[in-house]
Amino acid sequence: MLADYSILLIGAILVNNFVLVQFLGLCPFMGVSNKLESAMGMAMATTFVLTLASACSNLVYQFLLLPLGLGYLKTIAFILVIAAVVQFTEMVVRKTSPLLYRVLGIYLPLITVNCAVLGVALLNVGKDHNFLQSLFYGFGAAVGFSLVLVLFAAMRERLNVADVPEPFKGPALGMVTAGLMSLAFMGFAGLV
Amino acid sequence: MLEFLTQYPLLAALLAMVGLGAGFGAVLGFAAVRFKTEGNPIADQINELLPQTQCGQCGYPGCRPYAEAIAGAGEAINKCPPGGEAGIKALAALLDMEVIPLDAEHDGEKVKAVAFIREAECIGCTKCIQACPVDAILGAAKQMHTVIASECTGCDLCVEPCPVDCIEMIAAPPSVQTWHWPLPDPTSREPQIIASDALPAQDRAA
Repeated sequence: MLADYSILLIGAILVNNFVLVQFLGLCPFMGVSNKLESAMGMAMATTFVLTLASACSNLVYQFLLLPLGLGYLKTIAFILVIAAVVQFTEMVVRKTSPLLYRVLGIYLPLITVNCAVLGVALLNVGKDHNFLQSLFYGFGAAVGFSLVLVLFAAMRERLNVADVPEPFKGPALGMVTAGLMSLAFMGFAGLV
Repeated sequence: MLEFLTQYPLLAALLAMVGLGAGFGAVLGFAAVRFKTEGNPIADQINELLPQTQCGQCGYPGCRPYAEAIAGAGEAINKCPPGGEAGIKALAALLDMEVIPLDAEHDGEKVKAVAFIREAECIGCTKCIQACPVDAILGAAKQMHTVIASECTGCDLCVEPCPVDCIEMIAAPPSVQTWHWPLPDPTSREPQIIASDALPAQDRAA
């Protein structure tokens, strides 16, 4: 039981990392990784949204859509769930940390269209996860996302002051770095 | 109920989606009331960093409106000469922005100064009292005016209205915050390694 959940977690964090292995949620990964602080804020907001949305969409699917035979509506229903959770998060962040709200700016509402969030919800259905499994899978995905986002932001901060050839400066170097990171994470394949 | 709904999938789909929307709407409506933000908290924090001279050199009627313009309309943070470079740095740190030099329009960061009224020349017109944004000038009509140095923010708004030009800005004496080590005297850095060089000429002749 415990082993199952830890395998689920490690699988979601490292082996099937949503950003670097499944290539979901690349937009905030490239967009909010210029500064470590805002990357950490984004990581926390996304963790909150991903975990909550994963659990909520599982509840909606199990107790509303399945009994009514409306499985085909899952995509629309999940988008609704995610939008509501993001809206809720935005309100909470705005109240608790106006600075983070300002730093995240447009990327906070854009969590709604972060494909990792919808991806986790749909994968939960595809893999027949129950409520607890969905919760863990969502949390694992979120931790994996946070991990690579923070690592990447830290690297980019260092690379910003490094002496690199002119054509590689900025986004180009970011892409190359992301590719190398992805290559490294592919090395986890077969761990679970 | 459930059988009825499964018989009419269209109705079930409609009800499910409307129900979901209404449910989330209710939760969000509650959250909007529960997590209501009064005013603009970021403007408050910016306002606290501004020097509160209310001098209007930024083009806004005071520090608070400028703070609101920075927070809301994305106004540049380099329009406050009294705040100077230190103020811009504090704002940049708060807002997670790059430090930019003071606006060219407000160039030449002035040395911190206080207004000084040459009291013998003052005719007591009260024009400078009306101009002072921080009520740092004391006086009455046809009486001599003077500046309370500790209240003066050095905005020089009082210099312009004076009809007899008896107000001047003098550099403020250094305070604990503004004092710096004096720069080394360039003449003292010429090395005097040979002891006899330092001696007066007639000593050497003897």
